[in-house]
Amino acid sequence: MKFAVLVFPGSNCDIDCYKAVEQTIGQEVDYVWHTATDLSSYDCILVPGGFSYGDYLRCGAIARFANVMNEVQKAAEAGKYILGICNGFQILTEANLLPGALIRNNGLKFRCHQSPLEVVNNNNPFTRDFEQGEIINIPIAHGEGNYFCDDETLAELQANNQIIFRYAGDTNPNGSVDNIAGVSNKAGNVVGMMPHPERAVSDILGSADGKRMFTSILNAWREQHGTAING
Amino acid sequence: MAQQLTAKEPTAEQIAEQKIYQQFGVSDYEYELICGFLGGRKPNYTEIGVFSVMWSEHCAYKNSKPILKKFPTTGPKVLMGPGEGAGIVDIGDNQAVVFKIESHNHPSAVEPYQGAATGVGGIIRDIFSMGARPVALLNSLRFGRLESERVKYLFENVVSGIAGYGNCIGIPTVAGEVNFDESYEGNPLVNAMCVGLIDHDKIQRGVAKGVGNPVFYVGPATGRDGIHGATFASVELSEESEEKKTAVQVGDPFMEKLVMESTLELINSGIVLGIQDMGAAGLTCSSAEMASKAGNGLELYLDEVPQRETNMTPYEMMLSESQERMLFVVEPQHEEQAKEIFERWGVICVKVGKVTDDGRLRLFHKGEEVADMPVKALVDECPVYNKPSQEPAYYHEFSDVNTADFAEITDLNGTLEEILASPTVASKEWVYNQYDYMVRTATAVQPGSDAAVVLVDGTRKALAMTTDCNSRYVYLDPEVGGRIAVSEAARNIVCSGGEPLAITDNLNFGSPEKPEVFWQIEKSADGISEACLALGTPVIGGNVSLYNENAKGAIYPTPVIGMVGLVHDVDHITTQSFKKEGDVIILLGETRAEFGGSELQYVKQGAPVGRPPVLDLEAEKSLQQSVLSAIQSGLVASAHDLSEGGVAAALAESCISGRIGANVSVETELRADHFLFSESQSRILLSATAEKAQALLAHIAQYGVKAAVIGTVGGEDLVINVNQKAAINTPVTKLEGVWKDAIPCLMK
Repeated sequence: MKFAVLVFPGSNCDIDCYKAVEQTIGQEVDYVWHTATDLSSYDCILVPGGFSYGDYLRCGAIARFANVMNEVQKAAEAGKYILGICNGFQILTEANLLPGALIRNNGLKFRCHQSPLEVVNNNNPFTRDFEQGEIINIPIAHGEGNYFCDDETLAELQANNQIIFRYAGDTNPNGSVDNIAGVSNKAGNVVGMMPHPERAVSDILGSADGKRMFTSILNAWREQHGTAING
Repeated sequence: MAQQLTAKEPTAEQIAEQKIYQQFGVSDYEYELICGFLGGRKPNYTEIGVFSVMWSEHCAYKNSKPILKKFPTTGPKVLMGPGEGAGIVDIGDNQAVVFKIESHNHPSAVEPYQGAATGVGGIIRDIFSMGARPVALLNSLRFGRLESERVKYLFENVVSGIAGYGNCIGIPTVAGEVNFDESYEGNPLVNAMCVGLIDHDKIQRGVAKGVGNPVFYVGPATGRDGIHGATFASVELSEESEEKKTAVQVGDPFMEKLVMESTLELINSGIVLGIQDMGAAGLTCSSAEMASKAGNGLELYLDEVPQRETNMTPYEMMLSESQERMLFVVEPQHEEQAKEIFERWGVICVKVGKVTDDGRLRLFHKGEEVADMPVKALVDECPVYNKPSQEPAYYHEFSDVNTADFAEITDLNGTLEEILASPTVASKEWVYNQYDYMVRTATAVQPGSDAAVVLVDGTRKALAMTTDCNSRYVYLDPEVGGRIAVSEAARNIVCSGGEPLAITDNLNFGSPEKPEVFWQIEKSADGISEACLALGTPVIGGNVSLYNENAKGAIYPTPVIGMVGLVHDVDHITTQSFKKEGDVIILLGETRAEFGGSELQYVKQGAPVGRPPVLDLEAEKSLQQSVLSAIQSGLVASAHDLSEGGVAAALAESCISGRIGANVSVETELRADHFLFSESQSRILLSATAEKAQALLAHIAQYGVKAAVIGTVGGEDLVINVNQKAAINTPVTKLEGVWKDAIPCLMK
């Protein structure tokens, strides 16, 4: 399986995503520059966190116009796996590949800490190795992670099982609607989340719960492509 | 020679007659020297501007050079000492650690967000201009009492500024310290430190090598911001300082990220001959220093300098401190390769000059030569002043104060809570949760423990790092206080499982024109030097910030120590938190009734009086060696340095961070309140599993360090009995609430 980690000017979790793929599942992974015009050789595209173009306008609002985003659009339509983390999530909402928007945290401050998440939907290529309802620890680090959508969209998200993660219990750190920490598109092949699974891949970093997102992706891909799991 | 550049600028004659140079902080004596260096010619406006910043305290260390000479700067592992952008220490396997601390006090006092942000940006450039990949940021902050609205504003915005820059550029802010005291009212301290990693063969120097080689400018266009920042940093703050907001620069962390990545790519390509960032005094300082270090001269063609404002004069271009800019030299055949790298990253890169052999810095603008100055005079010939030094009256008065002579405190639970709620001791979660301390996925020990620990990718090694200074101790006795600052930093490193390597220091003091302040500087430097020699941690670089004064006088002398240590194996990483029920708690070192400068004294009496705790460097060294070797032998479950608030505060912190209680019982000749809150030095709190406790005690005994088993970990309460009498008995959750809520409550 082959992964792409997109690099926009100002991406700063690109290296972390790259390392996480190497360390957790040992699959092939490339950095792909924002100017790239062909993503056809990749099976999964990671849109990493950071401050693309400085986030001086709305977060992700400029990155969505980068050349590579046309290819991301095509990949999404082709059913390839796309995961946007933090700024990557913001970019995917700006690009209308995911519903809703990310606005300023309700506390108006950047927040960085471990955050307990509830796995709301494990029937998804990104979460199949978790238990439904399981509480996992994944850190957050954002100033604009307050997920917002209108009531109609929220009802749709709920009805279609597009809410993948919620902040567990009363730990909502940013004011997100319905405690939403991560959502998918209708087809389930595009997921965006504010917490950083790539930062939770070994106990020495405080949590290894993020590992299973990467194993989920690999296992889902292998199943889809008829390769024996662990084969 | 064009003497007159624009209608606004005074002529060389006017500068001399009206003594305009004095406005730039240049004395009559210095002015005469400058004329001498120009062959008897009077400097024009551009030249006097350039000289004034190069001869400011900030760039020339003209008042502090005699002090800096005291520091030990060499050691078997030191690859580069003071003088370049940052010092470098070997960590084995062809790898080295690069680090430096720098102040941005005055800008932060006037414009806290941008002042702090650009302080972070500046120190990051110092690290990557050496060729190193920045891996961590630290800081050391001082504010007035957190009750006043102005202090809250400064605190809030300084923290935001640090977060805004570090988070965006993607370098984790992993550790720091924040203290509050009236002394810093109106003159906060904002010291930022950056740590980087480099391979030995990639180390760069800021030298303009090779006569005829082109000089390139990298980064955003130059504006009028920050003109005379270095001079501004070298005078006292006053009512007019608010008007000097234009001397504060504006930071763009996104641009710095691009400049950093492209610069590191350029350096890794192997074609760079010399590179330096444009920090204080911008284009002036970087060009003069690069030429000086190579023994060469430099010509700059100022029309080529990218400008974001119209009609900029040579004076403005040379003195601008616009941020995120670099200067580098390559051979002519590598010009295109260099340009391509920056073009790919969307960063401006233009040729602005060339290296010459005449030893002069010559500036050209609109077809004319507008300045011609000897490089050596700019960089090396600033007069050095040996300021008069005098022991302050308070020091003598405090000599016979018995700091332990106060009515016995009976409400010990309440006093512990009062200390835990004191903003200096209280949890700094409100601060560090605003910092991205995890990006780069290498932060093994997060903010809040004795020292942060950052993994070295692809190895079993890690780096421990901390900043420290108890300025109340330094105020009461600068020499002892200086010793304590270094010792405590090293103790923090050791408690985290690291071997202390070296320090960078940030000497924050009041005006050196005051003999009493100069005495503080001298004495604390003596103390720092003694401790560095004893502990084997040389000074590899640093920064001096003088003239930190407000309406009430000088700040407490605050020589902040930034220290980095090497954790030889990730298995040695240790934290302060108690680990599990039944673990044995051991107190190392001797407790005496010492309260000068203590948190108890501050909370109960206010201003510090008396003498600080004593510090015996031999005892300190034995203590640290015993603990580090015990940790490396796998005998230690937790380790915590005893500092503000003494053993009571340390026990509370180990319980809170471990989310578990402790049962402690001690026999002592001291009063209960004395034992609990004394700040005697050279003490560490350890815990070990019941199975390993005896081996640990035997191990410690080999070093001649006093060790006492004082209790066990367990339960949900912190219970301390002194001489069989109940002293402290409080649920850990209550202590945690008091400790964690203190700063958020004050900031609401």
